[in-house]
Amino acid sequence: MTDTAQTPLLYLDGVSVSFDGFKALNDLSLLVDRGEIRSVIGPNGAGKTTMMDVITGKTRPDTGTVLFDGSHDLTRLDEASIANLGIGRKFQKPTVFENLTVFQNLELARKSPRGILRTLGARLAGAERDGIEDMIRRIGLAGRERTIAGALSHGQKQWLEIGMLLIQDQRLLLLDEPVAGMTDRETEATAALVLSLKGSHTVVVVEHDMEFVRSLATRVTVLHEGAVLADGSIDHVQSQPAVIDVYLGR
Amino acid sequence: MPRTPSLLAPRGWTWLLAVGAALTVAVPVLNALPSGSALHLPDYLVPLFGKYACYALLALALDLIWGYAGILSLGHGAFFALGGYAMGMYLMREIGARGVYRNPLLPDFMVFLNWKALPWYWWGFDHFAFAALMVVLVPGLLALVFGWFAFRSRVTGVYLSIITQAMTYALWLAFFRNDMGFGGNNGLTDFKDLLGFDLHAASTRRGLYVASMVTLGLGYLACRLITGSKLGRLLLALRDAESRVRFLGYSVDHAKLFAFTVSAIIAGIAGALYVPQVGIINPSEFSPGNSIEIAIWVAVGGRGTLLGPILGAVLVNFAKTWLTGSIPEAWLFVLGGLFIFVTLALPKGVLGLPSMLGTVLRRRPAAPLAGEERAP
Repeated sequence: MTDTAQTPLLYLDGVSVSFDGFKALNDLSLLVDRGEIRSVIGPNGAGKTTMMDVITGKTRPDTGTVLFDGSHDLTRLDEASIANLGIGRKFQKPTVFENLTVFQNLELARKSPRGILRTLGARLAGAERDGIEDMIRRIGLAGRERTIAGALSHGQKQWLEIGMLLIQDQRLLLLDEPVAGMTDRETEATAALVLSLKGSHTVVVVEHDMEFVRSLATRVTVLHEGAVLADGSIDHVQSQPAVIDVYLGR
Repeated sequence: MPRTPSLLAPRGWTWLLAVGAALTVAVPVLNALPSGSALHLPDYLVPLFGKYACYALLALALDLIWGYAGILSLGHGAFFALGGYAMGMYLMREIGARGVYRNPLLPDFMVFLNWKALPWYWWGFDHFAFAALMVVLVPGLLALVFGWFAFRSRVTGVYLSIITQAMTYALWLAFFRNDMGFGGNNGLTDFKDLLGFDLHAASTRRGLYVASMVTLGLGYLACRLITGSKLGRLLLALRDAESRVRFLGYSVDHAKLFAFTVSAIIAGIAGALYVPQVGIINPSEFSPGNSIEIAIWVAVGGRGTLLGPILGAVLVNFAKTWLTGSIPEAWLFVLGGLFIFVTLALPKGVLGLPSMLGTVLRRRPAAPLAGEERAP
C-alpha cells in the first residue's frame, strides 16, 4: 500500500448493505484504477445508487471495506469530509442550486476553503473568475453565466452539475445517469465531455443507456442483486448468458 | 427585457437607507415641536414607533434564517424575550432603593417573596455593560446549543419548527414560576431610568426611538452583508438542495448554526431595545403565539428580501394597534385571515406585489425569474 501509483483509487471489498432485510448490496467487491473511466450498469434495484451512497458516505455499510486512495476509510467519514477528499457525485436527478445563476453555482462548487467565516469573507480574484468562465465554456453554457440555473434545460442542468464537480477539482467523479432525459445530440456532447476526462480524472458512470455506454467504450461492470454479475468490455458482457437473462434480454 | 425599478436592486437599498435616516430624524424633531404646533407629534406615538422598529428588527432576524437558509423558527419570540429580560434585569437593579419596599439590593418582587439574598444569576446586572453583554450572549448561546443539537441530528422543515415552538413553550412555563427569580407572572416592571436617564421623559423616549432605528439600520446592513456574500449564496443553496451542499464539501450544520446564532442575537438586541420603551417584560413574550406572529409579519412583507419583513412588521403591527383599539374582537380573525390570504395569493408578500401585477398586466407567458436578477 505504499506505492500509490499501484493501489486502485477506489477499493470496495465485501460490502453489504441491507434495508429491513432487503440486501441492497451483497458482498460487493469493485476496484477502480486511477485515470480509468468505468461504466456500471444493471437493472433497477441492482444496487447502483446504494453503491454510490456507500462511497459518498450517505449510507453506512453493514460489513465490508471501502478505501479511497489506498488509505482513507470511507466508512468512517461523513459526506462533507469525503467530498473534501476528492470524491464528487452527480445525482440521478440533476441537483443544482435553482435560485442561483450558473456562475454562482460554479462559484460555490469551486475548490476553495470551506470554513464558514472564510466563506463569508470570500472574494473572487480575476484569475478565479476566469477559471469559472473557462468551465462555463467547457460545459457548453457560454453566454448563460447570468441565467438562473432553474431556467436551464434538463440537459444543461446535468452539464452544470458535471461542471460543478470538475471545478471542485475532484479526483473521483461518480456520475449517476448523466444522460437520463437527454436528447441524442445532448447525449453525444455529454459522451465527448466524459471522454475528455480520461487520464486526468477517474470516473464511474452509472447508466441505463446502452448506446451511451457503448460510445464511451470503457470497461463495464454489470451489477445484479447487489453483487457483480459480469465485468469486461461492452461486447464481452453483452454476450454473457447471465447478463442477457437478467438485464439485456428483457 | 423590460426592467422594472426594483427596491431590491443593488442601488435601491441606499435609497432605502436614506428614507430610514429621514424617519429617524423626523419623528424626534416633530415630537420636540411645541405641543400647540400643527406638526407636533404626540408623545405617545414616539415609543409606539420605537416598538415598531424593534419588531421590524425581530422580523429581519427571522428573515435571515427563514428567507435565506429556509429554517422556519417558530421560537424566535424566545430569543427576543431573553434579550428583553436581560435588559429588564438591569433596569430593575437601576431602581435601587426607590422601589416600594425601599430595599437597595433586592427588587420588589423578591422582597415580597421573602427572599433574603440576590440569586447568583442576578449578579452583575447592576452594570449596564454586563447586561448589554448578556443581551447578546444569552440568546446567542441558547441558539448555538439548541441549533448544534438540532442541525447535527439533521432535524429540518416542519420538525424543526415544532421543536422551536416547544423551546419557547418550555421557557414560557418556566418563566411563569415565581421561584425562577424573574418576577413570575408579573415579570419585571416599574422601571425608573436607564443609564441615569428618566424613562418617562420625552427626551429619553426620543433617544430610545433613535437608538432602535439606528440599530435596525445596522441590523439591516449586517444581514445585507451576510446575504450578499458567498456565505449568503451558500445559505440559499442549502435551502434549495441541502445534500448537494454537503457533497460539495461544505458543512451544512455550521452554515445553519452561524445564521441561526446571528439571527438569535439580533432578536435578543431587538428585545433589549423593546423593554425600556414598553416599560415591562413578562412571560407572555414567550407565548408560542407571539413567535408565530413574527412569521406572519415576514410572510406578509415578503420573505427572503430583508426589506419586506421590515415593512411587514410595521404594517401588521400598525393594523394591530388600530384594530385592537377600535374592534378588538376582530383582530385575531384578521391576523389569521391575513396569513391565509398572503400564503395563497401573495407568495412573495407585499414586496412581490408590483412585479406580480406587472406580470399579470403584461400577460407575458412565464416571465423568467432571471430578469429580476439581471444587473443593469
